[in-house]
Amino acid sequence: MAARVFTVTSGKGGVGKTTLAANLGVALAMNGNRVIVIDADVGLRNLDMMLGLENRIVYDLVDAIEGRCRLRQALVHDKRLSELFLLPAAQTRDKSAVTPDDMVRICDQLQGQYDYILIDSPAGIEQGFRYAVAPADEVLIVTNPEIAAVRDADRVVGLIEAEEKGPARLIVNRVRPDMVRRGEMLDIADVVELLAIDLVGIVPEEADILVSANQGKPLAFSPDGCLAGQAFHNIARRLQGEDVPFLTLREQGVLGRIISFVRSGGD
Amino acid sequence: MRILERLKRGRKPSSGKVAKERLRLVLAHDRAHISPGLLDTLKDEIISVISRHIDIDADNVQVTISQSARESRLVADIPLLHGQRRRKGA
Repeated sequence: MAARVFTVTSGKGGVGKTTLAANLGVALAMNGNRVIVIDADVGLRNLDMMLGLENRIVYDLVDAIEGRCRLRQALVHDKRLSELFLLPAAQTRDKSAVTPDDMVRICDQLQGQYDYILIDSPAGIEQGFRYAVAPADEVLIVTNPEIAAVRDADRVVGLIEAEEKGPARLIVNRVRPDMVRRGEMLDIADVVELLAIDLVGIVPEEADILVSANQGKPLAFSPDGCLAGQAFHNIARRLQGEDVPFLTLREQGVLGRIISFVRSGGD
Repeated sequence: MRILERLKRGRKPSSGKVAKERLRLVLAHDRAHISPGLLDTLKDEIISVISRHIDIDADNVQVTISQSARESRLVADIPLLHGQRRRKGA
């Protein structure tokens, strides 16, 4: 079966792309899929730390592209899950070391061995973004309910359409239901209306996300009792084609209300 | 009209709504690659072309970018003076 290639991108930095890529990789692998996550942020490698695999890297993406190793040698197996692999970025190079054709070729070589290839794009809309999006079957745009992140996401939506990789799907990350309730934050319905693309996930801001990053153990490993962890699993299931209702957040009640509003308004 | 709405509501709009309105405008300009300055130039030139043929209320002409989903259109709202046509050759 052909692997499905998803690229996670955002325009603006710091919105949670890498966290999302790590957690989606874990959630998809926990569901029995063979998954590889590719860190495309050459020069600013971080996905390895998010996954707690930073001490296991021997070769990287650029080594594989430039023929210093075989592609298989650059892959790092996450021993906690039998089906999860990382292709790390090079840390001592920059984005000019990779071209869109290189990424397409790498993904072609991985075809047939995986169910899902997740590419964690660098921030920005330059070379790094271009090569990260080149092999994508589908693009996931991460944003925060915040003006700069939404504006940059809109730029990316336009670029994805121009590259004929659209329509992209949207993940709104770092939602603070308390602020939304007070009218101090854009609500999900506003963001979806402004960007006019389909919503595939809503992730609340939670302290546990930072704690899990500290420990190199993505929250998706133990989602019970944690809304963000469940949100990551729900996104993974939607990407697998399941129709999963958006979380009703009983504890807080508010996000649930927002979500019901989005669902009633937006289908 | 906006002031009336504001009075009716009796309080300032929330910062979330302010953010939404600001984004709505800026995204319209971003998507169309039309800066606010270019929009002003277009407006001035539209006024000068139309006024050569008909009397218009130049002070109340509005040229805006409207959005529906991801489609943008340039909308010119041009009030006519008395709806009268200027006679040619007069």
